[in-house]
Amino acid sequence: MAYVSVKGGEKAIENAHQWLAEERRGDPTVEEVAVAQIREQLSLAVDRVMAEGSCYDRDLAALAVKQAGGDLPEAIFLVRAYRTTLPRFGGSEPVDTERMNVRRRISAAFKDIPGGQVLGPTFDYTHRLLDFRLAADGAAPPEPAPLANEPQAWPMPTIGSVFAHEDLLEHDVRSGDDAPFDLTREPMSFPAGRDQRLQALARGDEGFLLSLAYSSQRGWGSTHPLCGEIRLGEVAVEFIPEELGFPIEIGEVTLTECQMLSGFAGSAQKAPQFTRGYGLAFGHSERKAMSMAIVDRALRRGEVGEDVDAPVQDEEFVLYHSDNVEASGFVQHLKLPHYVDFQADLQLVRRLRREHFERLNPSKEAAE
Amino acid sequence: MQQTAWVEKRFVSDTGLEITASEGRREWMAVLAKAEASEVSAAWERLEKPTYTLLRSPEPGLVLVRGRMGGLGDPFNLGEMTVTRSAVRLATGETGLSYVAGRNRRHAEIAAVLDAMLQSEAHHDQVRAEVIAPLEIAQAARRNLAARKAAATRVDFFTLVRDREPSK
Repeated sequence: MAYVSVKGGEKAIENAHQWLAEERRGDPTVEEVAVAQIREQLSLAVDRVMAEGSCYDRDLAALAVKQAGGDLPEAIFLVRAYRTTLPRFGGSEPVDTERMNVRRRISAAFKDIPGGQVLGPTFDYTHRLLDFRLAADGAAPPEPAPLANEPQAWPMPTIGSVFAHEDLLEHDVRSGDDAPFDLTREPMSFPAGRDQRLQALARGDEGFLLSLAYSSQRGWGSTHPLCGEIRLGEVAVEFIPEELGFPIEIGEVTLTECQMLSGFAGSAQKAPQFTRGYGLAFGHSERKAMSMAIVDRALRRGEVGEDVDAPVQDEEFVLYHSDNVEASGFVQHLKLPHYVDFQADLQLVRRLRREHFERLNPSKEAAE
Repeated sequence: MQQTAWVEKRFVSDTGLEITASEGRREWMAVLAKAEASEVSAAWERLEKPTYTLLRSPEPGLVLVRGRMGGLGDPFNLGEMTVTRSAVRLATGETGLSYVAGRNRRHAEIAAVLDAMLQSEAHHDQVRAEVIAPLEIAQAARRNLAARKAAATRVDFFTLVRDREPSK
């Protein structure tokens, strides 16, 4: 049965929202958190909201985190709703991640990768012990991070460029720069192209993609991935305004990129080599980019002749369920009044029960 | 940056704006877009302001950011970013344009005026020296600082047990 809307309750709803605002603020004797503080000090929450909200704007995402009281999927929903109020000027030139100003770049597969293993600002190798010094009020800001005498060389070579001459790694296909599939303008369609899949994964729920990637690692559609490269840093975005007709840089975005490598045994036509899964996300979103790369590779099963026998390889399953705004909306709409549905179900169950008891006691009825 | 490259070509675009295309213009527009809004405002306050009219009031919108599949392959849509654009005409006739990341209308308007001034013989050298050059130095300094912090976190991992030495 379709959802039947209800009327009324305006006053109660208004009061509930006022209480929500009070709850969001918390104890008024505790200082209010500023949007700038969220932007600067909860920057990884801001990054997640930008990535899954599919809109790069640190201030906007920080405001959404504040308004949502720290509920990130709710903040993502707010950002998605806001973006619909803005006109779109067009699509950018594809960003060139090789020219990234790298703050972090590691390869877990290739120890001696040119450019080196650059840890950057990372939780890796921390002990995950709570630091109670952060709970102390009025602590001085931490010492600035140490500086090397020489800056990291730019540009940082990619894992692809390192092995390019040997053909050990699958090469990217460059067939043309036609406008790619756009999920925000076109409905999902299957079989999906890799452009459609990557867009869906880039805005997909981190938790869902993480679990899918984990399921793949545990053997449900395994791709035996190795982390070829992760890089984090700032990339310039170029756009061709219609008034100008030539590309200009309109700003910089922070991106996390992940290249996952998977062995490929080769075929009659193709020599064995490594295939690659690709992850790219706004902000410092490493767990997301890694999960995306594993899922991207698993979904490319058709290209390497793998069977579909696990959820992570099924593009309809993955793409239809990866968006947390849609998923959350459909699950959470169940808490809106469903009185008419329930009334119908109630009548049905009552009738079935009556028929059930009549079947059990046919003689009694006949005797009457 | 070459100071001589700033007037190479003039033409009128489909939207009726007279456009100056040059490598120099690409560079200064990039510097203005990548600068902090506060830096642009501060530089603007120190300048003698020209008379101008708004051809397009600062307008926030979105640009769909594209990546490449695998890093170098065909494009895909990554997500959008907020961008504010503006267009102005100086009383002396030059038109300036801006597309600036974020939603700061003032940043976009000032960037458009500065773009127009940079195309004017009367203002070019001053804006170049007093606005663009310092902004560019600040941006290079920020990049350098991050690159030095990054270099300080470069490690050498030792593998303790190895099946075989890598072939050279």
